[in-house]
Amino acid sequence: MALIEQLGLKKDPIVKKWFAQVVDTYPAETARFLRRQSDPFANPVGQTTLQGLRTLIDLLGAGFDVKSVQEALDPIIRIRAIQDFTPARATRFVFELKRIIRDEVPENQRSSEELQRMEHLIDEMALTAFDIYMQCREKINDLKANEMKSRTYKAFARAGLIKEPDGE
Amino acid sequence: MADETPKAEELIQIDHRPPAKQWMDVPVNIRKGMYCYASNPKSVEYLGLPNARPWNPIEEDWKLPENWQQILHEGFKERLEKFRSIKVFMDICVRCGACADKCHFFIGTGDPKNMPVLRAELLRSVYRNDFTLMGKLLGRYAGARPMTIDVLKEWWYYLFQCTECRRCSVFCPYGIDTAEITMFGRELLNLLGLNIDWIATPVANCYRTGNHLGIQPHAFKDMIDFFCDDIEEITGIRVEPNFNQKNADILFITPSGDVFADPGTYTAMGYLLLFHFLKEKYGLNVTWSTYASEGGNFGSFTSHETMKRLNAKMYLEAKRLKPKWILGGECGHMWRVITQYMDTMNGPADFMEAPVNPITGTRFENAKSTKMVHIAEFLADLIKHGKLDLDPSRNDNKIVTFHDSCNPARGMGMLDEPRYVIKSVANHFFEMPANTIREQTFCCGSGSGLNAGENMEERMAGALPRSNAVKYVHEKHGVNMLACVCAIDRAALPAAMDYWVPGVDVTGMTELVANALIMPGEQERTTDLRGEPLPGMEEADE
Ligand code: SF4
Ligand code: SF4
Repeated sequence: MALIEQLGLKKDPIVKKWFAQVVDTYPAETARFLRRQSDPFANPVGQTTLQGLRTLIDLLGAGFDVKSVQEALDPIIRIRAIQDFTPARATRFVFELKRIIRDEVPENQRSSEELQRMEHLIDEMALTAFDIYMQCREKINDLKANEMKSRTYKAFARAGLIKEPDGE
Repeated sequence: MADETPKAEELIQIDHRPPAKQWMDVPVNIRKGMYCYASNPKSVEYLGLPNARPWNPIEEDWKLPENWQQILHEGFKERLEKFRSIKVFMDICVRCGACADKCHFFIGTGDPKNMPVLRAELLRSVYRNDFTLMGKLLGRYAGARPMTIDVLKEWWYYLFQCTECRRCSVFCPYGIDTAEITMFGRELLNLLGLNIDWIATPVANCYRTGNHLGIQPHAFKDMIDFFCDDIEEITGIRVEPNFNQKNADILFITPSGDVFADPGTYTAMGYLLLFHFLKEKYGLNVTWSTYASEGGNFGSFTSHETMKRLNAKMYLEAKRLKPKWILGGECGHMWRVITQYMDTMNGPADFMEAPVNPITGTRFENAKSTKMVHIAEFLADLIKHGKLDLDPSRNDNKIVTFHDSCNPARGMGMLDEPRYVIKSVANHFFEMPANTIREQTFCCGSGSGLNAGENMEERMAGALPRSNAVKYVHEKHGVNMLACVCAIDRAALPAAMDYWVPGVDVTGMTELVANALIMPGEQERTTDLRGEPLPGMEEADE
């Protein structure tokens, strides 16, 4: 059986393991919550992540188109980009998928060329994740620098009407 | 850096999980983007608050007074005696965990110390150590620990990661209000001069000039005159607001954010149009004050004394101008101060009348004592009695949802009035999911003085649960307008939308009303208050 079909058959355990890997990047108390709460509005981090990972596995098995991969990764990375992670820790989960697939699909059920191809796609996925991470960080820096300027003080500053408390 | 790079064989061993530790053993790590700059010593000095000096939260030395532990201990003791609620909140938590996952900061950051129960435990652990026998005898086994510099830093970091939104208290079987605990904790921190500048400087400004921005009376008036020019351009009508007029029917007080920050400015234009309409049609006389030119109260994020000082000017101005009662604009924490503290703090306001809407005859029983009515209540009453001429189709290009601001929703129970008003002036309205609105509303993530720029990661994490719900209605119903009745929301949510849900704008309730309000003698309008073409007028605008 081809690796792609195996991926379809093993989708649930693969997603489950992958999700567990991501969730375990958080402290234990948080991980428990992220795993258990299934309401997407009470637990946006957990449910957004789960949903995104599921879509990514589907995309891996069904012709990998970059735009869809971006769309599936974006919400996950957007969250991790503002949390307490280094860039590496924020995106590392993508690579973990390689090990999970190797573990889940027995060696005699996959050819090494197939595996290589799939791992190449996962590398592509990781690079996309880096791009999104950088875009999110740039957006945050842009908001830091420009939010005040663009919304507040505009008219007043122009008219020279703002006085600081130590102004006299 | 290079020395720390692990070798290949070590890399394979690396566990991606953070080590499991007891919360007391996890040291505080003050992360950039998650805190606001320290208060400007000039502002602290201006207010006469203790320990004014430059300091930096990420530096080792916080330049504390030598006897800081004693100051804190005594401050703690004094307040335990003064505020029954604090004593009760310190004692009765059974650590059931019902509140644990209800805080937007926990949900957004994933940091367990943002669980409300742990946030309170930061203070309780010291309380047990200093004030209970069990704590003194059993120490850590009883959940007690002494106050150290690391504990203090932890307090500071996490008490400024709480927006005092009160969502957690809705779920607590004992009604423990972690927001009150945070207010109390911040008050203690202020005894050591540990405030943030985004709070301290607005408070100093407000104390000095009457509003958070330090806008002086003539400038305040100039700004409103600019709005009048804009209104004239859009509607062909010159509105003429009153300032500091004695014996008007109503004194109007709103957060200064509406006067100086987009998109609040459009809400301010909305107030002006509304008051003009009521004057033309019913002879109602409303005055603005350039002295009480701030409805908001950043003092309430500092200490109860500071809150009282800033709030006092509302009644002082009412005494001077002698209106029948006060109408308050769209704000969040302002209403918490008004409904929960003002009456006992600076009241009784027996020099004014119990508010009655002179146009409809409605008595605002809930405001009988404070003499201050919320503009959503006022508008809902006018609309209910058919006193406004409205054309909701002018808002047809806006697909609206409503964000309940924490304080009006949980602090004063105002849930239906703004919805009624918005649905009366806009034809397309969709609610967000039930567990994210009304009493269970999620905070904007920037309340309680945290809407600075340098803490953008913190704000975005705090805004995640709210934004996630907006995203849902955006994708499902095409919602493109997030309405609210709070000036901090209007200042803070545009950035959150920009990051989490591009394509959604933020509006005040009164802005939507004014778009729909048919003014006597107006020219045919082609744009809304923002200068955007009205539905069907896209060509005319060219
Ligand atoms: S009051 Fe709000 S911000 Fe503070 S702990 Fe409770 S839920 Fe969190
Ligand atoms: S819900 Fe109330 S009693 Fe339970 S842990 Fe939270 S604060 Fe304590």
